[in-house]
Amino acid sequence: MTAASPPEVLRAPLVVEFPFTRSLGPVQSAFLTGLRERVVLGVKTADGRVVVPPTEYDPVTSEEVRDLVEVAATGTVTTWAWNDRPRPNQPLGTPFAWVLVKLDGADTALLHALDAPGPDAVRTGMRVRVRWAAERTGAITDIACFEPSDDAAPASEAAPAPHDGVFRDAVTGIVAEARLDYVYSPGRAQTAYINALSERRTVGERCPSCHKVYVPPRGACPTCGVATTDQVEVGPAGTVTTFCIVNIKAKNLDIEVPYVYAHIALDGAGLALHGRIGGIPYDQVRMGLRVEPVWTEGGRYPDHYRPTGEPDADYDAYKELI
Amino acid sequence: MTGPRTSRYARDVAVVAFAQSDHLRRTDELSEVEMVMPVLHEVLAATGLKAGEIGFTCSGSSDYLAGRAFSFTMTLDGVGAWPPISESHVEMDGAWALYEAWVKIQTGEADTALVYSYGKSSPGSVRDVLTRQLDPYYLAPLWPDSVALAALQARALIDAGETDEPALAAIAARSRADAGANPHAQLRGAVPQGDHQVRPLRTGDCPPIGDGAAAVVLAAGDLARRLCERPAWITGIDHRIEAHGLGLRDLTDSPSTRTAAEHAGLFDAPVDTAELHAPFSSQEVVLRKALRLGDTVAVNPSGGALAANPMMAAGLIRIGEAAARIHRGASDRAVAHATSGPCLQQNLVAVLEGDRA
Repeated sequence: MTAASPPEVLRAPLVVEFPFTRSLGPVQSAFLTGLRERVVLGVKTADGRVVVPPTEYDPVTSEEVRDLVEVAATGTVTTWAWNDRPRPNQPLGTPFAWVLVKLDGADTALLHALDAPGPDAVRTGMRVRVRWAAERTGAITDIACFEPSDDAAPASEAAPAPHDGVFRDAVTGIVAEARLDYVYSPGRAQTAYINALSERRTVGERCPSCHKVYVPPRGACPTCGVATTDQVEVGPAGTVTTFCIVNIKAKNLDIEVPYVYAHIALDGAGLALHGRIGGIPYDQVRMGLRVEPVWTEGGRYPDHYRPTGEPDADYDAYKELI
Repeated sequence: MTGPRTSRYARDVAVVAFAQSDHLRRTDELSEVEMVMPVLHEVLAATGLKAGEIGFTCSGSSDYLAGRAFSFTMTLDGVGAWPPISESHVEMDGAWALYEAWVKIQTGEADTALVYSYGKSSPGSVRDVLTRQLDPYYLAPLWPDSVALAALQARALIDAGETDEPALAAIAARSRADAGANPHAQLRGAVPQGDHQVRPLRTGDCPPIGDGAAAVVLAAGDLARRLCERPAWITGIDHRIEAHGLGLRDLTDSPSTRTAAEHAGLFDAPVDTAELHAPFSSQEVVLRKALRLGDTVAVNPSGGALAANPMMAAGLIRIGEAAARIHRGASDRAVAHATSGPCLQQNLVAVLEGDRA
């Protein structure tokens, strides 16, 4: 980027993935294992209601509930919503209805998808049945979706039969996968900082109130709570204010250990940033060492810092920056 | 000067100032702290207080919206939090941050509080992001998005004969028309209802997606009177939650809102104004019923969440908008409501009153 370019908003993809491993309570375990075996279980509360999908505790009284019953794989739609444009990860890739379904024998409804040709084919009160997934692992997605059923609702509500909830190889946990995609923009101050770095310059911002120069700038002075607006070029050289010796090789990091990671106060900066120290044996790095950045071809920030050869800085010159 | 008309708490606490950003579809040129800071400065300037003079600071936000871990610590830079201030954060709407601050003042540990919240939804896909707040065992693996869940509730209301599509469209149109007088709103004036997003909800029934921030200052007793000509006294505040499973609930009603309103003393006297956090038009139908609002009550004169719905701030804005009407003498007794979770799962109700002449 040249200096003449208009200020542009920087954007970069940001992916956040967090696969949580979650353990199941005894009721959830029986329910999800049951789905794997094409059995739908509910749990009976003290007042005789059958809750499907089952909870570990009574949603009204908070009492522990453990009496499992088996309900049918058929049921009635209690409400629905037509989804013309399925979103990523939803149960069906073609237009479908979200439905709450009260399964025969249950007193509460379960949320899932209904595969139907169009909104005109869906109504509250319609009969549906579970379409089982071909491969089942013990998850709510073992129900692939619901599909319309031409059966009649059971004439009389027969009490669902008790079930011991015992299956071979019970599922005791799930891995809840999640990935969210973002487009990250760093904001005004950090955009200016990154743009300057692309010209191998380090530009901080000065607080108009306390005059401290922040590098990298985040747009606000955390002491004064005001915007830092005055841009100040700092460095390129600086002083090691403190350091540590790294002896454990990080995964996917192509740097031989031991090496030194240091806090470096660039000349003119009001606080230290951090970077690796190279060009000197690790056991000769010291507080007060004068260093300068080393850039590699195409690097977007200094690869590391090396000694300038100047005499060490006086402790008093950097003691406020440690 | 007499105190607030009805007071049920140890200390009289009022909203003495309110500020909000313009709510915009995107704010790519601003970081979160850059977006929040002007609002903090504005709300403090209204009281003449400096950050260091505030007894307690509490914020509300969610890292999932912009995908940035601990983003609230960055935003705290905008407060001027050094030397360390007494401070807290909730991963919730700022209305719940206000509740925490109100409790802090009730304990006597603070006399003033700065409450702020913000949401930057533009970097992500908020419909998908919000699926991550759902039950991880039975709901989250299906990725049911926020519009889909609201549509299930809307269908239940239509089936129950409580509303229909034209009535929902009228709520949407009234909200955007009222927002014409609100310079901060994202959608103002005539906005087409558009196509179905998830049937029966059309684009117009859904809130705009955008970025924004809001802040209020709370103060106790005589200090509130010194900071504000007509403080908006919080004469009642309460919040309640319902069962997590959507299929366990009657989606056409909001018993948690009703219970919170009872505990906040809403039904003790009439209100002239209601600021309801109803991101979907259909949810206003539920809330009007739960709060027993008659036709004489001005509902969402600001335009409400259908005109601007910055996540994590829209609930706090309801309290701020209701308070601002009391500040300027346009209301004597108002109810403000905030919600969190799918289909009005959790609800906060605050009753605000101005001193009578």
